[in-house]
Amino acid sequence: MATIELKQVEKKFGESFAVKPLDMTINSGEFIVLLGPSGCGKTTTLRMISGLEAVTSGSILFDGKDVTWLHPSARDIAFVFQFFALYSHLSARENIAFPLQAQSVGRDEIKKRVKEVAQMLKIEHVLDARPGSLSGGDQQRVALARALVRRPAAFLMDEPLGALDAEFRESMRAEIKRLHIDQNATSVYVTHDQVEAMAMGDRIVVMSNAEVQQAATPTEVYNNPANLFVARFIGSPGMNLLGGTYADGVVRLPGDNRYTVPESWRGALGSSLPADGRVVVGFRPESVSVHAAGEIHSTTFANDLHGGYTMLHLQLDRDHIVHVRAGREMRHQINDTVHFDIKPDSVRFFHPETEKALQNGRG
Amino acid sequence: MATETTTPKPALRVPVVNYSTRVDKVGWQPQAANVTRAIIAVIIALVMLIPVVWMGMTAFKPLRDAVTVPPKVFFTPSMEGFVNLFTQRRQVSDAEVEALRQRTDLGFADQVALAQQQVIIGQSEFTRQIINSLIIAGTSTVISVVFAVLAAYAFSRFDIPGKDDLLFFILSQRMLPAVVVTIPIFLMYRQLGLYDTHLGMILLYTSFNLSFAVWLLKGFIDEIPKEYEEAALVDGYTRLQAFRKVVLPQSITGIAATTVFSLIFSWNEYAFALILTSDRAKTAPPSIPLILGSGGIEWSTIAAASLLFLIPVVIVTFVLRKHLLRGVTFGAIRKG
Repeated sequence: MATIELKQVEKKFGESFAVKPLDMTINSGEFIVLLGPSGCGKTTTLRMISGLEAVTSGSILFDGKDVTWLHPSARDIAFVFQFFALYSHLSARENIAFPLQAQSVGRDEIKKRVKEVAQMLKIEHVLDARPGSLSGGDQQRVALARALVRRPAAFLMDEPLGALDAEFRESMRAEIKRLHIDQNATSVYVTHDQVEAMAMGDRIVVMSNAEVQQAATPTEVYNNPANLFVARFIGSPGMNLLGGTYADGVVRLPGDNRYTVPESWRGALGSSLPADGRVVVGFRPESVSVHAAGEIHSTTFANDLHGGYTMLHLQLDRDHIVHVRAGREMRHQINDTVHFDIKPDSVRFFHPETEKALQNGRG
Repeated sequence: MATETTTPKPALRVPVVNYSTRVDKVGWQPQAANVTRAIIAVIIALVMLIPVVWMGMTAFKPLRDAVTVPPKVFFTPSMEGFVNLFTQRRQVSDAEVEALRQRTDLGFADQVALAQQQVIIGQSEFTRQIINSLIIAGTSTVISVVFAVLAAYAFSRFDIPGKDDLLFFILSQRMLPAVVVTIPIFLMYRQLGLYDTHLGMILLYTSFNLSFAVWLLKGFIDEIPKEYEEAALVDGYTRLQAFRKVVLPQSITGIAATTVFSLIFSWNEYAFALILTSDRAKTAPPSIPLILGSGGIEWSTIAAASLLFLIPVVIVTFVLRKHLLRGVTFGAIRKG
């Protein structure tokens, strides 16, 4: 299994950046997810690692060896494509054996390994079928088998679940995660689905506008987003973000609300905000406690029962709605007044101009 | 908790339906529509086929029957046309005919000739012309398709400087009507020593076919998702191997279509063959209408030649029909 290093790797199409200079180390055996909206450069990054796309500058190292200008076939990687890229003129078995034939592996060995990998993915019964006649899930399993059969140094996956139906996606996600654990192969996985990223990644690299916004564990990315983009992008719905002005330990929020900043944050807010005290307050929907004595008042805009919980949409004023996750018994009439508090250890603050998260020195 | 005994679920009973239950396929009205459609299709096919059938009939008619008015639909088949097509004959006197009748070593062709008061004195040019046609059309088709696949792949996949201009330039080869360039090409060929040579005709037909073939195949190759080759590339294949193992099998439909079109063009081409060949490299199309017998135009012979001339193209199209009909369906890549 390989360690992959990217050093100042960049890609330009004409004058515009597809990927701005990027440094990243992917440890051996790690499952890295590149996450971002479409056009953020995540797929380009993956393709540069694979060698299908040439870098404009910078270097890529596998286990310390420079592979920047190596042909894809010489990099010992496997690539799983979004649309599977199975050859329709070959049977599933031949598709899986295809990479082994390139390495001129012996016929018996090919047979053995195809069988092994087919057992692992539970696709023995479809081996003689043509890809066209298989279900989406089985096609993806065959594609995975084709990647696995070579035992490559790294797996690169470009939205492998993107073309599947929702019900398949969930179970395939677990299958891929389990495969990764069993194989312990270095994996780079591209997706625009933050749920997938949270569920699968050892580390998530959030990208936007050709740049890495944050690279950290799922927990870290969720709890401590590095900037407003990550705060909005991760979570469904994303973090509630309210603009206000800070003075003397209190943030004035829309709808004539006052929010008393926890003691631990006052120093940070006092020192790093612009002169007029503008600040963005952020909190997750579940970091809220709704009770009558709550400091912030709002009116119910809508509430929807999600089975296990109720999502309250609370209106501070006409333009500001926050999403609050509350117990399933919590139902409010529309236009009811609701009071709530933000849990003090979960609140986050962002600089309104740099959009970066403020640090209070406690993490 | 008590141990649960799992009884196997009874298999779901799905009624077997061997006929279509689609609303538009049952009931007498849709069926009547289908029958009507089939009848119309058959009528159109018959109208289209009349010239071919007529040609086939004429080929087997003796010359007398071929030119009678009104035309005969029922006649005694004769091989006169075919024998005359492949032989040169001499008219003989009644006495000679009598003498020949007595001999027992006459072959079938001799007897057919004798019935027309003729004896065979040698082979005709036709065999050679058909062979010329086969060599010239076959070679130029193979060359066109091979080069066109390579060019189309390059145009489809790589960033070639001036790609659009080059593609337009290639297409522009077909913009002048052939007639306009016959004289310049004739003069050029005479100077270059290509006049009345196989090489000259192969070059000419290849240059005509190539531009069309490149465009046609580029369309087909564009349809093959790039991921196919990329998958092969990361799996450890070189670009050329990926091309051979992935692109070629996937573009077989396009290759088949291009082959048939190229073959039909170079097989049927008349004007250039008439002007640029005289003897050695003469192909069948300009020769067939010039078949003249002693007693005027020999329609049976011409029809026989035309019938034989049809066969190679029909065979090739028939062999490739599966690929032609299959259409561009790629099973494993789902779009969107």
